[in-house]
Amino acid sequence: MNALASFTLGLPARLPKALRGWVLPLLLLLLWWAAIRFSWTDSKLLVSVGQVWDRAVEQTTSGALREGLQASLWRDLVGFAIGACVGLLFGAALGFSRLLENMVGPTFHTVKQISLFAWVPLISVWFGLGDSAKVAFLSLAAFFPVALNTFEGIRSVPREFIEVAQVFNLNRRQWLTKVVLPAASPSIFTGLHLGLIYAWLATLGAEYLLVAGKGIGNTMIDGRENFWMDLVVFGMIVVGAVGFTLNWIAGVVETRLLAWRGRAVAQY
Amino acid sequence: MIIEASLPESGRLRSAARPARRAPLRLRIAPLAPGLKRLLLSWPFPLAILALWALAAHYEWIAPQVLPAPGVVAHTFADLARSGELFDNLKISLLRVLAGFAAGCAGGLVLGVAMGLSPVFKDYVYPLFRAVSQVPVLGWLPLLMLLLGIDETLKVVLIAKAALVPIAMNTYKGLENVPAQYVEVAKVFGLTRRQLLWKVVFPAALAPIWNGIRYGLTHAWLALVVVELLASSEGLGFMIVYGRQLFQLDLVLAAVVMVGIVGYLMDKGLALIETRLLRWRRVGF
Repeated sequence: MNALASFTLGLPARLPKALRGWVLPLLLLLLWWAAIRFSWTDSKLLVSVGQVWDRAVEQTTSGALREGLQASLWRDLVGFAIGACVGLLFGAALGFSRLLENMVGPTFHTVKQISLFAWVPLISVWFGLGDSAKVAFLSLAAFFPVALNTFEGIRSVPREFIEVAQVFNLNRRQWLTKVVLPAASPSIFTGLHLGLIYAWLATLGAEYLLVAGKGIGNTMIDGRENFWMDLVVFGMIVVGAVGFTLNWIAGVVETRLLAWRGRAVAQY
Repeated sequence: MIIEASLPESGRLRSAARPARRAPLRLRIAPLAPGLKRLLLSWPFPLAILALWALAAHYEWIAPQVLPAPGVVAHTFADLARSGELFDNLKISLLRVLAGFAAGCAGGLVLGVAMGLSPVFKDYVYPLFRAVSQVPVLGWLPLLMLLLGIDETLKVVLIAKAALVPIAMNTYKGLENVPAQYVEVAKVFGLTRRQLLWKVVFPAALAPIWNGIRYGLTHAWLALVVVELLASSEGLGFMIVYGRQLFQLDLVLAAVVMVGIVGYLMDKGLALIETRLLRWRRVGF
């Protein structure tokens, strides 16, 4: 419960809680509708809800949506899988070995400061403009958060846990699977979750910057170049929905796998 | 439970026993050793990569168009720095980030504070905020390009959006997670509402809020590079695109290095301010 519930900012508290969230979106829709109904602007850019809907139907029935989405998601998942695997291994290696951390860590921390998308032009020279370049870039996008959080997760396993493992004479595998990995798993999951988000962001970026092939990002760029606002808005909705779904899946998996920990936050 | 309870004890015992045995040795090299060791260990790896890169370029294992020699990149970097081209573009990029980040930071703080303090406001705004933040910065780009053109406004708006989301989110969560006991204590002490906010609530939420600001700046820098890569005729991102178009990879790499340096300095700067800001906190371990 929020400790500061007494602040209301003078907003109407009479409306039922469940309905409050709908007020602003409905107002915006109303504004959108009114702008068209009373033709406040004759710009071609102002498309109606109906046009967006027509475009959505057209994209869905023609298979263009499925094709683009499939290509984007496939790249997203392949890139994420590669980046996450490499990131897990790299992060774990750095986490377990102080020597390795001292040798490679500073370089890693420096390189990760380079803004992600600055890599795209370099990758495009090294890997071309096709799928391999995009997948390489996505892997890079997923690699950094996964590696960093795996490293931090393993490094923050309390010393006491390791000592208990020694007291109980656990063998190497038990030590890893019963003590270290469970203790580090919240941080590792955070990394994987972040990696998923970044990979999706990078999927779009890769499609904007490496313009070749199909994908939902290419669809939106097409829409922009042809001034098809309806297509752009539709693309945005799809992109948001995919991001939301990926987020949701990651959240569900995370809660399931970490359910053994009980509540993370103490109840006040 | 029993095991857990007895653990810290053993931990303390160990750490107390060990230094005593090794004390004489430690005393002699202690002041320099850890830092120096770390410094010495951190150089071989990047140097090895640099050497490999230099060898690869020297023996032309990789075509120079694809991977120019490190010397060439350094030379280009120095040339660009001397002619002022590098710093002109850097200045433009930094100004854009500053403008966008300032707007996003202000908006994010206001939104986050309002959502964190007033559950009613949160009920009204949060769902829309979540929906908007689900579409990543890049999803907004084509729409904003159509609406705003590809001028400065586009860049500033996009950067502001990139900074706003994490700042608002962290501020809101930070305020929401202020322990109820703190507020109760404040009430017991008869603090006024203003005192409650400035002496209790904001200090208690400062760490997550600052974290949000750090994320915000990182995201702002990320957004700047993207938007300059896609739609710009000046700035660091444009230098990268320009070099790529001319197939001058030395130019691209020099600009990438600069992007990295700025990102590094910004992060270090904020971390430094963080330690100052949060100095009053006494951390348990």
